[in-house]
Order: sequence, then structure tokens, then C-alpha cells
Amino acid sequence: MGRKNILSLLILAGVILALPLGLGNSYYLNVLVFVGIYSLITIGLSLLMGYTGQISLGHAAFFGLGAYTSGVLSTKFGVSPWLALLAGIFVTGGIAFLIAAPALKLKGHYLAMATLAFGYIVFIVFNQASSLTGGPSGFGQIPRFRLGNFLLRSDVHYYYLVWTLVIVVLLVSLNIIHSRVGRALRSIHEGELTANIMGVNTAKYKIQVFVLSAVYASLAGSLYAHFITFLNPTPFGFHFSIVLVAMVAVGGMASVWGAMIGAALLTILPEYLRAFQDYDILIYGSILLLIMMFLPQGLFAGILRLIKKER
Amino acid sequence: MLTIRNLRSYYGRMQALKGVSLHVEEGEIVALIGANGAGKTTLLNSIVGLVPSLTGQILFLNADITHQSPREIIRMGVSLVPEGRQLFAPLTVMENLTLGAYQRYRRKEKSKIKSDLDTIFERFPVLKERRSQVAGTLSGGEQQMLAIGRALMSGPKFLLLDEPSMGLAPLIAAHIFQIISQLHQQGTTILLVEQNAAAAFKVSNRTYVIETGRVVLQGASEELLHNQEVKRAYLGREYKEVWE
Repeated sequence: MGRKNILSLLILAGVILALPLGLGNSYYLNVLVFVGIYSLITIGLSLLMGYTGQISLGHAAFFGLGAYTSGVLSTKFGVSPWLALLAGIFVTGGIAFLIAAPALKLKGHYLAMATLAFGYIVFIVFNQASSLTGGPSGFGQIPRFRLGNFLLRSDVHYYYLVWTLVIVVLLVSLNIIHSRVGRALRSIHEGELTANIMGVNTAKYKIQVFVLSAVYASLAGSLYAHFITFLNPTPFGFHFSIVLVAMVAVGGMASVWGAMIGAALLTILPEYLRAFQDYDILIYGSILLLIMMFLPQGLFAGILRLIKKER
Repeated sequence: MLTIRNLRSYYGRMQALKGVSLHVEEGEIVALIGANGAGKTTLLNSIVGLVPSLTGQILFLNADITHQSPREIIRMGVSLVPEGRQLFAPLTVMENLTLGAYQRYRRKEKSKIKSDLDTIFERFPVLKERRSQVAGTLSGGEQQMLAIGRALMSGPKFLLLDEPSMGLAPLIAAHIFQIISQLHQQGTTILLVEQNAAAAFKVSNRTYVIETGRVVLQGASEELLHNQEVKRAYLGREYKEVWE
């Protein structure tokens, strides 16, 4: 996995542990919970897009499928949130597997279109299956997680839960990236035909990494559902799929660290820009534009280059 | 080692190979020459299983590999150095080489892979020097060496080379041909596709001349070197008189 990555993980773990001590205000913690939830999705997207070179404009749907499976099962059928989270992973992973086989035969824009259409279908289902999902107005009173008899109540509890899972997902992903499989994924990105003549089973790996990224998104969705305790379709629409892709692009496609930086920036930035009131979206857009113009490889690669120059 | 019988390959409705038969014996180096669009690359791609629609028969070591997947064929000991090198440009030299041995990691041949890597570094010292450099930044000749090295990392019994001299300066192309001869002398069986007919004749034992999807000539390379038919196959029927 590399000494640098282990060191970075340890530093991250330390920062995560220490941050709540410095941030008394629960508003910041709330934002950081969201950063963690979105990081789970963007880490998967970075595996899929940055490493394997397959575009998805439908990941908000997987996020939503996890959230709704978890929310509906625990609220309407009394399933424990943990089991509901697992069920969400299986349901979402299964659906991802079914659409992966035909969709991943497509390339580039066509794959983007197919995943986009899938996202729309799921969004429509959330809106229309109102007996289960409550339709456009949604449903609430989703139970929170419990650890034994201990109910996870506050933002701090969720902060630690979410970020522990982020570390686990990071560990798994970094292990994949720095293995034979990781090299195979990157070879698919560079040239599927050549990857084939190295003996890489390109079709299988594309499906596997797609399902894995969907499972990460589903996990994030379940955490979201049991954190917010209320679900409606709006956060899982097309717009959020685009935001997710933007997070990965701004942070830096070909790095899970970049994906996290992107998730953090695009979650925290709008909060700070609220001070500019009506102009916030203009400033937000300009910042993204500048980053993509001057750091096309993303923030992470840009920062690394700056550090190297300083030395 | 390799026997091809009446191979026909199609791209959609377009037929690229119209009944090619050829064979390569163990320890031989056989050249395949022909003009652009004759079907040379299609033939190589068909052998390694990259062309999905084909009829006829391809036998490798007496096993039928006609409709096998590329990874099964590679596992049996066939390795292709593709046209235009097709390196993984943003990956390092080392990563490219390890990807060449991709199939063998599963079989836990780590120590054998390591010794093969050392052999390749001995043969191409420049690759060792640049092992952590990104493949896209190598010169043309170095890239071709890396492409050959990558193909050798799968431990092949049979090596397919698709226009290894393409786009290289004459001196560097000559060096590449020297390497091919060395590989042959050390026991690798080779099927070499080339545009540079003169060089291909020199390095090979036998040659097949292919024209619009058919084998039009075959024989010992020395004999074909002075054959007028070869020139016709390259320049087309109408130019025959002009040439002669």
C-alpha cells in the first residue's frame, strides 16, 4: 500500500480524532458529517472514473437506493438500522450488477447517457412509489443507529461513526489500488484492447468496480438516512450526480485523496459563501472554473506539485 | 507450433481475411509482409482472440484456440507486441512490465517473475535506468523495447510482433531487429509482421506475403528477397510493368 499512504491515513485518523475537541460548535460537526458521507461516494467514483476510466452520471441514484432501502425497511418494517444498511448494500449492489453488464459495454458519452437515464428512472420511482416512499413529500421518523443499548444521538456520535467508515473504505480502496487489480484497472483506463492482451479480464473488472462504487454510495445513503431521519427525493436527483462528478474532478480524478478533498471543498465552500447571499452561486462557480483552468489535474495533484516545488 | 487453416475474419460485414492458411514451427522466425490494409494486423489480432467473428481453425501446440478468450490464449504462452506499441503511457516502466506478468501473479510465480524481470533488464539496460519513469516520456526506440519487454514478461513460448520498426529511425530499427534475432537464437518462436520487407527477409527463416486478405506467396526468406512478385504485391498489379 505504500508508506506514504499509511502515513497519510494515520495523520487523517489523528485529525479526525482531534477535530471535535477544537470545534465546539455542532454546526461545523454537522458539515463534517456530510463531508464524510460524500467522501464515501467520491472515493468509489474515483475508483470508477479516475482509475478505471468509466463515467457515471447516476451515482446519486445509488446513494438514494441505499438511503431509501435503509429508511423504508427500518421505518415501515421495524428492521434494525444496521440490518437495513446491509440490506441497502445488497439491494443497491444487486441493481448495480444488473445494469453494469449491459451499460459497461458502452463507452464515453454513451455510458454517461445510460447511467444518466438510470438515475432518472430511480428518481421517478422515488417520486411515484408513494405508498413506500411517501412520494415527493417524503417520510420521516427514521430511527437512528444504536450500538448495543447506546443510541447515536448527537452530531459527534455520527461524526465518529461516519469517519470510522471512511477510514475503512479508504483502507480497502488503497489496498485495491496498490495491488495487481489496481494495475489492471488502470490498464483498462489506458486501453481496453491492450489490457485484454495482457490477459486482464476487462469486462469482469469493469463490472466489479462499478458494483463496488455503488455499494460505497449505498453505504453513504444509509448513513444519511439514519442521520437526517427524513427522506425525500430531491437530494438524489440528477443535480447531485453532477455535483459528485464535480467533487471528483475538482479534487483530482486519479486519487482517492483528491476525491476526499473535492468532497470537502464542495461541501464546505457553499456554507462559507452564504455570507455573500445572492452572489454565492456566482462566486462558487468562479472558484470551480478557476480550479479547472489552472489545476486541470485537480486540487490534490496541484498541491503535491506546489510542495515539490518548495523543496 | 502454430497452424492456421482457412482463417476468415470479419469486422461487421467487412471481410478482412479471406481464407488464410499458414504454419509456424517451433524455433522458427516467420515473417509476414504485405501492403497497408492487407490484413497483417487482423491476422495477429485473430490469433490472440481479439477479433470476435472468425471462421476456420487456429491450432496452438495442437490445441484449438480459435474461439478462446485473449486471457486463455495468453495463459497458453502466446504474447503480442501490438502495433504502435500501445504502452500504458501514464504508468511507469516498472508498472508496464508488471502488467505484462499480470496473469502470472495469480499463479504465485513471484520468484520466476523476478528473475524474468532481471533478464529483461539485462537485455534492455535502458529500461532498468528508467524503471520509475513514466512510459509516455520514453523515446520511440525505448518504448518499443518496453513493449517487447512487457510482452516477454508473460513468459511466452510464442511471440507475435506487429511492426516493431514502425516510426523508428533506421539505426534504432536495426537495433530492434538485432534484439529480435537474439530472442530467436535464445529459443523464442516468433511471428513477425513488417512493412520493411528487406529487413524482415534478413531476420526471418520463412516469409508469407499477404495481399488483400490472402496469402499470395510463401517461401524461404532468402529466395523471396529477389522475387519480383513481392514487389508487385506491394505496388499493385498496374505498376508491374513500370517496376520491371
